[in-house]
Amino acid sequence: MNLYYKRRFINGLNLTLSMVAMGFGLFWLAWILWTLVDRGLSIVSVDVFTHMTPPPGSSGGLLNAIAGSIAMTVAGVAIGTPIGILAGTYLAEYGQKGWLSPTTRFINDILLSAPSIVIGLFVYEVYVASTHHFSGWAGSFALALIVIPVVVRTTENMLKLVPNGLREAAFALGAPQWKVISLVTLRASKAGIVTGVLLALSRISGETAPLLFTALNNSFWSADMNAPMANLPVVIFQFAMSPYEDWHKLAWAGALLITFGVLGLNILTRFVFRSKTTLH
Amino acid sequence: MTTLKSGSREKLQAFLDLAFKLVTRFFAFSVLALLAGIIVELFVGAMPAIHAFGWKFFVTTDWDPVNVKFGSVIQVYGTLVTSLIALLIGIPVSFGIALYLTELSPTWLKRPLGIAIELLAGIPSIIYGMWGLFIFAPHLADHFQPWLIDHLGPLPVIGALFQGAPMGIGMLTAGIILGIMIIPFIASVMRDVFEIVPPTLKESAYAVGCTTWEVVWNVVLPYTKIGVVGGVMLGLGRALGETMAVTFVIGNAQNFSISLLDPGSSIASTLANEFNEAFGKVYTASLIELGLIMFVITFIVLALSKILLFQLGKREGEKT
Amino acid sequence: MEALKSFNPKIEVRNLNFYYGKFHALRSINLTMPEKKVTAFIGPSGCGKSTLLRTMNCMYALYPKQRAVGEIIIDGENILDGRHDLNSLRAKIGMVFQKPTPFPMSIYDNIAFGIKLHERLSRGDMDDRVEWALKKAALWDEVKDKLKQSGDSLSGGQQQRLCIARGIAVKPEVLLLDEPASALDPISTARIEELITELKEDYTIVIVTHNMQQAARVSDFTAYLYLGELIEFGETTSIFTTPKQKATEDYITGRFG
Repeated sequence: MNLYYKRRFINGLNLTLSMVAMGFGLFWLAWILWTLVDRGLSIVSVDVFTHMTPPPGSSGGLLNAIAGSIAMTVAGVAIGTPIGILAGTYLAEYGQKGWLSPTTRFINDILLSAPSIVIGLFVYEVYVASTHHFSGWAGSFALALIVIPVVVRTTENMLKLVPNGLREAAFALGAPQWKVISLVTLRASKAGIVTGVLLALSRISGETAPLLFTALNNSFWSADMNAPMANLPVVIFQFAMSPYEDWHKLAWAGALLITFGVLGLNILTRFVFRSKTTLH
Repeated sequence: MTTLKSGSREKLQAFLDLAFKLVTRFFAFSVLALLAGIIVELFVGAMPAIHAFGWKFFVTTDWDPVNVKFGSVIQVYGTLVTSLIALLIGIPVSFGIALYLTELSPTWLKRPLGIAIELLAGIPSIIYGMWGLFIFAPHLADHFQPWLIDHLGPLPVIGALFQGAPMGIGMLTAGIILGIMIIPFIASVMRDVFEIVPPTLKESAYAVGCTTWEVVWNVVLPYTKIGVVGGVMLGLGRALGETMAVTFVIGNAQNFSISLLDPGSSIASTLANEFNEAFGKVYTASLIELGLIMFVITFIVLALSKILLFQLGKREGEKT
Repeated sequence: MEALKSFNPKIEVRNLNFYYGKFHALRSINLTMPEKKVTAFIGPSGCGKSTLLRTMNCMYALYPKQRAVGEIIIDGENILDGRHDLNSLRAKIGMVFQKPTPFPMSIYDNIAFGIKLHERLSRGDMDDRVEWALKKAALWDEVKDKLKQSGDSLSGGQQQRLCIARGIAVKPEVLLLDEPASALDPISTARIEELITELKEDYTIVIVTHNMQQAARVSDFTAYLYLGELIEFGETTSIFTTPKQKATEDYITGRFG
């Protein structure tokens, strides 16, 4: 009987610990989100969306940073998505033989988790250093390089979920392979591919490290993608690391906006496609 | 049936087929080219530092822009130590979460709880950094670190890790925050691999009278251990390369200290802080060499992770 | 085999062997299918009946490890000689699968998809052809008011008739049916069987089925395959009443499989 009680105790103890672990995880999520609301919500006002980033000691907003972030994020997705879809299509539809597909799949999975600051270094080396200036385009390229592996992975996964019967049915009608893929299988996995793009979008919306050496920052309004471009993450970084109280406040407002924007996108993505697509 | 032979229309379709295949192939190849490009560019960029310091770069603690002397020990130590702390926190917590989600949670709660944990991965890393610097570090300095210094500081050997002033920021803080950040990655891999355990296997264990914990510990875990290690490696890969969160809280001090409470720096934080301000060829090249070292380490760790997870998947494939 | 002489041969299979990698799935098959008749392939699962069917439109060519050796002669030309354009070949040979496979597009576009691959039709001609195909597949009355809706919105039986209409719309000469009714309810099955009987006026039909009653009901000729070999082939009535082989008799009377 003694052994029985001991086993039951260990079981109870460990199961309780697992509940504690669950609570531990949720605790941080709640604490961070609460901090953002607590510190940021009172700062978010119309001014934040209508004024430029101020010099220390005066009031202002985040308009140029928000606009720059949106511009670079959209450009990054626009560049990365077609490349990712085409590469993912190759892996799923032509990938049964040869060395290219397994190797690419493996490398792509690694790039998916590779440190984003290295992407920034890479774009600095090949683009910024040769054009001799930081620019919005450089930032967009860096973000596009982060988009590509995400879209490749989801596109491939989604295409593989398309039942083979659908492919065979299209071939049986005498369709050439490119029409089978573009008109039937890609269309059948549209919802899943949109999910991948949204995931990529939410992933790059908060990225800071790759922008540090590429887009840099800009205290003023700039619509020129060839010039350094303000963006929310880098502004938050600079303002938070500064000694000025005003800047700290704006940084909290920016942090609130960016976090709830990204998490909102994340939840929307799950809503669009109710399936377990874990991306590591 | 004369149309069976190739006509001009068929030739056009065959051409388009080939063109489509080659275009997709080109972009699949470009993913490989991207990786090769990163490695080559970093290597080329690091050349001046490689020439200047050679192997000494790996064994010296110098980080002296004025006298142009650079070594990577401080940053590599900071990177490894913070990642190790992250694993010490991340592994048990992630295991607990995966256990809860697969074995204990009521069905209706599984999805929302799973999403909540995955949202931890959605929070941008700069937010972790900011929260860490302004909110979490002061808490640590006030409540947790003095206790560590009083109780663990006097101990032999490991005491050296807990010397110094309770400043809040430092390697320990960076490690704890990294630990929180990698929980969602490890936990979701663990949950996914736990779910592939065949129900009949678990049921057989329950049938001989095992408790839930005994089933998990003696059946589920051994069955999925390759995948679990793969998930841990994935988390480690994430922790090694994490930049913004670490940059905020590690203290960015370029001098070597064993103590976890002292400010230090990691490879990523050094890059984030110094790259734009670096002057001179060798300084920039040394930073790029740091980036190369980090990329190579994370590459190896992530590759191991993928291989392990792939093997689990393959074993699973053979059984079904 | 005497009876066959009075019919026009449409498809002749000569000494056909088929391999999945190293697995020898079909062994020296010889078989002649007459024009505008229904030929059924029966046999236990894994006997190679689907494989044989899929060889007749070279579906196996999609998969690198699958290989066919021998001859399949359709209208006097060997389609396995590698000199034929598979896409135009497949336009001549329609195929319907076990599970309905509506494409992710509207009902109308499902039918038009195949037609557009091989012909350029004006808007009006296309409408006529879609209507013709849907009528031929006995689906027109059920869908004529919702042609713009997605093909997925139809019931399983309707989807299968949509797939048959899609196959017919290309105006093939041969229809290959791979267990077309096995995923359907009895009423839908009955409709598909009626349809097959109507369609053989115009098409040479080959059907794979695991349902012997179905084979007896719809087919004019029956081939019994077992473990990759053709055991017996002849008129359906004689196969089911006076089989020449003991193995066939065992299978048909249910003493086997």
